[in-house]
Amino acid sequence: MLEVVLFYIASAVALLATILAMTRANAIHALIYLIISLLAVAVIFFLIGAPFAAALEIVIYAGAIMVLFVFVIMMLNLGERGDARERQWLQPKIWFGPAILSAVLLAEIVYLMGTVQGPATVGIVTPKAVGLALFGPYVVAVELAAMLLLAGLVGSYHLGRRALERRH
Amino acid sequence: MRDFVWFIPLLPLASSVLLMIASSRLTRRSVALLGVGSVGLAAVLTGAVALEFLSDSTPVEVTLWTWMKIDSLAPRISFYIDGLTLVMMCVITGVGFLIHLFSSEFMQDDDSYARYFAYLNMFIAAMLILVLADNLLLLYLGWEGVGVCSYLLVGFWYRDSANGRAARKAFIVTRIGDTAMLIGLLLLLTELGTLNIRTLMQVASEQWSIGDSLPTIACLLLLGGAIGKSAQFPLHTWLPDAMAGPTPVSALIHAATMVTAGVYLIARTHDLFLLSPSAMHTVAFIGIATSLMAAGTALVQSDIKRILAYSTISQIGYMFLALGVGAWTAGVFHLMTHAFFKALLFLGSGAIIHCLHHEHNIFKMGGLRTRMPITFWSFLIGSAALAALPMTAGFFSKDLILLQAYQRPDFGPWLWGAGLLGALITAIYSFRLVFIVFFGDAKTEPDREIGWQMALPLTVLCALSIIGGYFSLPLADVFPLVNAEHPPHWVEIISISVPLLGVFLAYIGFYGQRPRIDSWTKTPLVQRVGQFLRSGWRLDEVFDRIAVKPYYNLANALQNEPIDRFYEAIVRLNQAIHRHLSATQSGRMRWYITSMMVGLIATLGVAMKIAPGAI
Amino acid sequence: MQELVVPLNHVLLVSTLLFCIGMLGLMIRRNIIFILMSLEVMLNASALAFIAAGAHWGQPDGQVMFMLILSVAAAEVAVGLGLVLQVQRRFKTLDMDDADRMRG
Repeated sequence: MLEVVLFYIASAVALLATILAMTRANAIHALIYLIISLLAVAVIFFLIGAPFAAALEIVIYAGAIMVLFVFVIMMLNLGERGDARERQWLQPKIWFGPAILSAVLLAEIVYLMGTVQGPATVGIVTPKAVGLALFGPYVVAVELAAMLLLAGLVGSYHLGRRALERRH
Repeated sequence: MRDFVWFIPLLPLASSVLLMIASSRLTRRSVALLGVGSVGLAAVLTGAVALEFLSDSTPVEVTLWTWMKIDSLAPRISFYIDGLTLVMMCVITGVGFLIHLFSSEFMQDDDSYARYFAYLNMFIAAMLILVLADNLLLLYLGWEGVGVCSYLLVGFWYRDSANGRAARKAFIVTRIGDTAMLIGLLLLLTELGTLNIRTLMQVASEQWSIGDSLPTIACLLLLGGAIGKSAQFPLHTWLPDAMAGPTPVSALIHAATMVTAGVYLIARTHDLFLLSPSAMHTVAFIGIATSLMAAGTALVQSDIKRILAYSTISQIGYMFLALGVGAWTAGVFHLMTHAFFKALLFLGSGAIIHCLHHEHNIFKMGGLRTRMPITFWSFLIGSAALAALPMTAGFFSKDLILLQAYQRPDFGPWLWGAGLLGALITAIYSFRLVFIVFFGDAKTEPDREIGWQMALPLTVLCALSIIGGYFSLPLADVFPLVNAEHPPHWVEIISISVPLLGVFLAYIGFYGQRPRIDSWTKTPLVQRVGQFLRSGWRLDEVFDRIAVKPYYNLANALQNEPIDRFYEAIVRLNQAIHRHLSATQSGRMRWYITSMMVGLIATLGVAMKIAPGAI
Repeated sequence: MQELVVPLNHVLLVSTLLFCIGMLGLMIRRNIIFILMSLEVMLNASALAFIAAGAHWGQPDGQVMFMLILSVAAAEVAVGLGLVLQVQRRFKTLDMDDADRMRG
């Protein structure tokens, strides 16, 4: 009973925080709302029986990735002028069309989900089971993910280094 | 000697090429020497061949090489000399030489001296090839060659655009006939399988019988070429305009040689024409109609060269009449005498024009009898021959034509009567010319004397115009014999007296200080008739309306390229599509994302519709 | 009495809503930082859908996919933020509408 209530609260928080994040003019504010949204999603993960995923969501998503954003925003030093310009860009006429499109997409997906039945969870999937699956049938995917992360590492290093060199 | 007959056309051709290549390095003197000398040498060689021919009159055939070989068609560069060819060659090289000599003085002040002689020599070469050819294709080569030279020489003074127009007109109008002739050649080739003239005539006589439709069609097509080249109705309108060229050119091309090519063609293919009586009638009627029409026009012209041009048309009409009634020898005889006296008249008018600051209007001349005696006498003799006064060359040939026309069984007397009327008008206009130009008051004074290069050709042609009638042409082997029945004496007497009557009428009308005809011509009817005649029976206007104007209109319509419009529309449509499509490549990420979104929605929507259970 | 549970429908609905909000943000924002954030939201939404499906069947595969998405997001953010720095340096702006050199 409590879990169900918690789920709806967390969902509401996640949606609200995401909407706010998408509409903020100040990047740092938007980022904080986004972190709140991610934390709320982590709560949902926990509630539907994926505690390991919830922990990863908090540690890696809300922690590591968002911190990267914070660093970059601080490096760019956008300031008040940037906020004003962002506000100017967020005119109703700008998001009216995209909003309709998004609504149509939503309607389509909801219509397609109409047949889905049953509970969200049948029990907790333990980290052990996840680990067995990862290094069992999904080992190739893990290797690929490792390569992808390495590529991301090399790429970001390359891009950031040249930017710094040119600046001096 | 006869084996080297190919040397005769080669000489002027080589000279022409040399003059074209080296014109800037030659002095005027050497240009004249080369241009006149090559034709002179050709004339001497022709004379030698002619002398040899008189003693041994077997036709000669000289084959140089096979021109081309396409299946069964293998025309050769091959020359054939019989009496007819020899007569033509003598006229071309002999009269041609005299006219070249005359030109060397006439053109002495012209800047393009070498160009002039190059064209003139090329013309002689082409004309010789025309008459020497033993097949119709080679003849056609010469035929077109003379056409090109005529075009170049009519437009010789190309700086005046009117001359260029006249040259184009001459070329295009004769082209119409040439096209008909080419079709005729192809018809003969496909029907009879050869273009060699003698074989052709033989095969035609074997395959076709008299009155068949095919020989009639072939003859009419050949006749089309002949009337174009020989300036017969209705394709004669180019000749008066062709007088824009230098006067010796008019003498050579538009009086003595090229315009008689049509007569030569018909005479050469007479076996074919004999197979088609209706074609013969057409030839005769075209000839007599042209003759009368042109004579009427010549009566009222005021430009000395145009009078002579219409006179030429009229005289060639007589030759056609002769051919049409089967008087082949008489036609060719008249061709030769006409070449003599018309060249004489043209050269005489050239001398007048040369000495009178390029004055063409006869009413601004006058009294030249004492001032230019040589010219006067040559003009007088030429006019007498043209009018066919007794004992002149023209008398013999024209008399022969008229008498043979009279003997035609069906409508011979009518043709004879019409021919007599033409002869009367001819006598009137030729002596009108003499009386107006050489008698009366002097209106323009000549500013120079003519030199020996002009005087000599005039003198020689004077002699030929008188004694030319006594020549007997070696044509007996060429043409079939015509019935030698003699017409009644009164016919002959009338034929002789009509030209004299004409001269008398001209004397009444035009001799003296105030031409008596003046009072008569003041009446409006006569004025209107005169106007009508002067315009050449308004044929130019008619052609303008039925052919030239529509063509120009069509050309103007096509100038805007209506067909291209369609392709331009395709191009413009593509450009518009390209513009719109490239506008979608805005470079803006949001735009791309939105398009992807639309695509996603559309794909999902379609998938839901098509396969609801699959998703 | 049957225990009251969260239906799978609702979880998926939340996931879809998050996805659409992220998509909306992607379409309306011109600042590249916000574009990257919107991408994160969308990735997160799909991760939620995977987790929910895995939980529904009691299988670990959903969480495995979540971890793969996580690594993709990490790599993407690393490279994307590097690009942000480059964009700022080259165009002196973060407005992606100005970076339209590929216009046809």
